[in-house]
Amino acid sequence: MLSLNNVHKSYITGSNSLHVLKGINLDVNQGEFVSIMGSSGSGKSTLLNILGILDSYEQGEYKLNGTLVKDMSEKKAAKFRNELVGFVFQSFNLISFKNAMENVALPLYYKGVGRKKRNKIAMEYLEKLGLAEWAEHMPNELSGGQKQRVAIARSLISKPKMILADEPTGALDTSTSYEVMEILKEINAEGITVIIVTHEHDIAAMTQKIIRLKDGVISEIIKNGDLQSFKHQYMKELETA
Amino acid sequence: MFDLDLWKEILSALKKNRLRSFMTAFGVFWGIFMLIIMSGAGKALENGVMDGISSFASNSAFFWTDRTSVPYKGFQRGRRWLYNNSDIEVFKSKVKELEYLSPRLFGPRDFQGENTIRGEKTGAFNIYGDYPDYFKIDPWVPVKGRLMNEIDAFQSRKICIIGERVEELMFEPDEGPIGQYLKISGVYFQVVGVMHPTTRINIGGGRKEETIIVPFTTMQRAFNYGDQIHFFSLTSEKGTPVSVVEEKMKKIIKERHDIAPDDNQAISSFNIETEFIKYTGLFTGIQVLTWIVGIGTLLAGVIGVSNIMLVIIKERTQEIGIQRAIGATPYTIILHIVAESVFLTVLAGYIGLALGVGLLELLNMALEANAGSNDDVFFRRPEISFTMAMAALSVLVVSGVIAGLIPARRAIKIKPIDALRDEGI
Repeated sequence: MLSLNNVHKSYITGSNSLHVLKGINLDVNQGEFVSIMGSSGSGKSTLLNILGILDSYEQGEYKLNGTLVKDMSEKKAAKFRNELVGFVFQSFNLISFKNAMENVALPLYYKGVGRKKRNKIAMEYLEKLGLAEWAEHMPNELSGGQKQRVAIARSLISKPKMILADEPTGALDTSTSYEVMEILKEINAEGITVIIVTHEHDIAAMTQKIIRLKDGVISEIIKNGDLQSFKHQYMKELETA
Repeated sequence: MFDLDLWKEILSALKKNRLRSFMTAFGVFWGIFMLIIMSGAGKALENGVMDGISSFASNSAFFWTDRTSVPYKGFQRGRRWLYNNSDIEVFKSKVKELEYLSPRLFGPRDFQGENTIRGEKTGAFNIYGDYPDYFKIDPWVPVKGRLMNEIDAFQSRKICIIGERVEELMFEPDEGPIGQYLKISGVYFQVVGVMHPTTRINIGGGRKEETIIVPFTTMQRAFNYGDQIHFFSLTSEKGTPVSVVEEKMKKIIKERHDIAPDDNQAISSFNIETEFIKYTGLFTGIQVLTWIVGIGTLLAGVIGVSNIMLVIIKERTQEIGIQRAIGATPYTIILHIVAESVFLTVLAGYIGLALGVGLLELLNMALEANAGSNDDVFFRRPEISFTMAMAALSVLVVSGVIAGLIPARRAIKIKPIDALRDEGI
């Protein structure tokens, strides 16, 4: 599905250069459920943005679905994003003056799908996520969990191969977080690759593979079977802290 | 292609910020409104003035005499001289570019006291002796009876044509003046017509309505002028500037009347062509000024739109980021912003145009109602041409595009990721 080969990224602010990613090597296969963890500033959001072609990188190679993504024109990137990637954000990023259904339908608008058709498809997705009766509501009339479900519906509507979620549960309480994770699991079960960034261990523990970032490099990859020991280590960290 | 979603998008974005959209639109509205009003007012002034002079022959010149200023051929300086009848034929044969040549005699003048008597009524008027050709240079229209004709001049008939004010003063309102007699400086003339001036250009001074015109030949004989001529009115043929004729005439006159070639005072002349050119230049100047000021005001409005669009984009950075994350191409983003800007500019501009034209129309109605037949109005028919309205509209569309394009280019320069990170306001 995607592979990163020695990817470097630094942010330049004035004369200062901040080297965020210092050579990332990573392979994610179709249908995997991956979480990226790390302390703040470890570069996890940056990595996700590069995966979603929202950000550029200086060195190395990033191949998405077999295509090399480097110095892509904005037009081509937009097409890739629209076709391959669905985004879910911590702050939901719904468009405030459009109702739930219109928000969900938006990616299809950019694909040039007619109004009636895309609203019908949007309704199907809202039903799937149990939000059919909220379709006409504006984002500010929805709860956090509902907003995130609308955002997930929006990311799914263009039938992406991959969902990228940046702290999808960051703004939600525990029970709503678990609901959202259940939804993401269901999506993953349909064969869509899901990659989330989180700093919550219990959320990360629900994924199949945990990538730990530390100071711009991958310090550890924990596979499904090792989760028990991961939990153990996590407890130990808490004790020392 | 009509894109319903695009329009929905634009309207919702504008509705979200009613006050701001309104203030922005007002800038453009005001610009175009002022342009229309100023241009209309300029045109009205032009119409008012040009109406008063336009039917006057613009290719005309006038000659009279003054004292000489240079001694010549034994004559001292300061000599008085006059034209005479033999000049007419010489001018006509030597200056081929002449169209009409009309000699005039100044009879008794209004400032010389009451010169016209009818029964118990008396009046002081300007009495002129003219040929029928004079009406081709300075047109008058008969309101009663007729104007002068060739036979009047040929037979030296003792007839006169009077101005409207003369009729008012010398006749009772229900009395028909036609066929009645007026005693002018002791000579009886029969009134054959009452005339109305079509222009306000006044040759000879005094009020135009207080004029009495008698045939030139009659005046020469009746008032004992011999073969004197006081004044010449003339027009040049089509295609010849009257100034050319003016110079030729002067040369001939100087030869015939023993005036020194370098004497610039002896022959007084006046050329209406140069006056027309002055007027035309003045009104062109007014129109140009109007456009400069109008475009300036409009530009201020357009800069306002551009400025507001920049703010809108700043506020919507995150929204634009989301749109791009879910697959909006830069083209789509630019299209939206430019469409929004053009929509705002054109709508506001169109309202300004409509209200401006409407106000001019109202003003016109008020002016017409007030003016009636009164000719002394220097402000009439405020209007703007269709071409000008179209030009203003295209300026609006172009400026709308530019006003949108500048912020739109900025919007797409922001990386989607930066846009998403933007916390907004």
